[in-house]
Amino acid sequence: MSDSINSTMPPVVRRKVGSFGDRLFEAICRGAGIFVLLLLGAIILTLFIGGLPAFREFGIGFIWSTAWIPAEGREQYGALVPVLGTLITAVLAILFGVPVAFGIAFFLTELAPPWLRRPVGTAIELLAAVPSIIFGMWGLFVLVPVVQNYIQLPFGEALGALPLVGAIFASNNFAGTSIFAASLVLAIMIVPFIAATMRDVFLTVPPVYKESAYGLGATRWEVMKGVVLPYTRISVVGGIMLGLGRALGETMAVTFVIGNANRIATSIFDPSTTIASVVAMEFPESLMGSVKQSSLLALGFLLFVISFVVLAASRWLLRSRLK
Amino acid sequence: MSATITPMPSRNMADARALGRRRRLVDQLVRWACLAATAIGLFFLASILFTLIIRGVAALDLTVFTRTFEPTTYGDPDAPRGGLYHAIMGTLVQTTLGTLIGTPIGLFVGTYLAEYARGSALGNAVRFVSDVLLSAPSILVGLFVYQMVVLPMGGFSGIAGSAALAILVIPVVVRTTEDMLQLIPNTLREAVVGLGAPKWKMVTLVCWRSALSGIVTGILLAIARITGETAPLLLTSFGNNITSFNLNSAMASLPIAIYQQANSGFPDLIDIAWAGALIVTFGVLAINIIARLLLGNSK
Repeated sequence: MSDSINSTMPPVVRRKVGSFGDRLFEAICRGAGIFVLLLLGAIILTLFIGGLPAFREFGIGFIWSTAWIPAEGREQYGALVPVLGTLITAVLAILFGVPVAFGIAFFLTELAPPWLRRPVGTAIELLAAVPSIIFGMWGLFVLVPVVQNYIQLPFGEALGALPLVGAIFASNNFAGTSIFAASLVLAIMIVPFIAATMRDVFLTVPPVYKESAYGLGATRWEVMKGVVLPYTRISVVGGIMLGLGRALGETMAVTFVIGNANRIATSIFDPSTTIASVVAMEFPESLMGSVKQSSLLALGFLLFVISFVVLAASRWLLRSRLK
Repeated sequence: MSATITPMPSRNMADARALGRRRRLVDQLVRWACLAATAIGLFFLASILFTLIIRGVAALDLTVFTRTFEPTTYGDPDAPRGGLYHAIMGTLVQTTLGTLIGTPIGLFVGTYLAEYARGSALGNAVRFVSDVLLSAPSILVGLFVYQMVVLPMGGFSGIAGSAALAILVIPVVVRTTEDMLQLIPNTLREAVVGLGAPKWKMVTLVCWRSALSGIVTGILLAIARITGETAPLLLTSFGNNITSFNLNSAMASLPIAIYQQANSGFPDLIDIAWAGALIVTFGVLAINIIARLLLGNSK
């Protein structure tokens, strides 16, 4: 800014007061901005370089191999189980979480009496502030037994005998830690994020649109369905993508409740693993520079690519509504 | 559009009444469903807090704050009971350092976005990247710092943990700083520049000062976020069973201690983990509430 002003001025003009300080301060601010850009670039680059030996060793087949054999001498690693586990838990979490988040957002913007909106909104936001390890502990000690006794067993008995889809519900898993439990914990964790985004987005609808619909005699649900949702649908999808991005990378809560079994699960009540939890479980004890460590870094690279795409899509969809 | 809104009103009164009843019924059902959804959200928050208080308070006593890790007592009442002093100290050290490193960077980036780069291509790129970092998986930050700091140093260290936390602080501070600076009316800036003050004085002495409570809120939210972070620390400072203030060696932290003791399988260690969970959660929620009150008062 100041550079362009200076260059258009005649050269004989006296020096602006404090111009050195101005240039220095702007350089610091711009430098910090560029630092953030470089930081993201460096994260991608180090994950890729770290994963390169694994990609070289196993080829591109690393991505769809289900092997996970840490035995020395015949080590073999593949990404398919954690990648599938990551995607399945995140998508299930979205399926469980979005209806609840929408209900909360609708309640907070249209239905709740004004005096109730702030305390309830704050409480939901506080749920987002609870550290993920707490969700993990609570999930393991409180939610997993409930899921096992009241969801896994009845559903397994009732639906396990069905042809084709029965296998999804039938499970002999005695520990209770499962894909389903992980999805449920993830859903609880992302509900506040999606609900807060939806609420903010719903509030951007010009009141006159809603008032004209109310004036025609529409009920609140008809206003939501006919006016608010069509007006905000792109941003609502953006908010859901934001939740999906969070669910994909969540580590500690999932590690506690998914069972960390690196094999393909046939049932949603079987244990499995995700990229983030396999890294958290196995990376700290892997040897520096080993093939295993490189495979875990390669997994990290894949997670970065997946979540970057989702988060970038989310930002792009939300760009017009939220600054 | 479904049958709830028919384009033409029926001339038959009975039809019209039936339609009105159905529309009201659907509306009522949706309202009850939304109320139920909100109740579900609040129920889970209440369940978590309730569990923490029941299990945590039972295990919370002075030894948790004054002693360091001890192996399980196997139910022997004479064996020394462990505490979390080492973990609390480690968390304080790493959180403080991470905040001190990350805050200035985030502050300058936010200032750049709000004061220098409105609408510029570089500014939009920085804003986008910062927003992606805000939601990016924190364990990847741990992997990054492992490659950049832990490998060259040859081992886990407190400084690596602090660096990972600093990276997580930056985007939180950027977001709130930019938002708060955007709220300042341009007439205020014009008045300062009109008095002949250079721009850097305008930013530091007027804009930052007017946005102070918002910026502090951002810093508090960042502290709240990194206090409970576990995954990146697992790969950088790793955890430690003794009290260590040496930044060049592995350092304990409260979340890691909770993680290890909760998964130990010994009831007495799990109790200590619950006490730690109670401390972390109420600390984090208290910081959050203070941050909100601060912002609420300034508006």
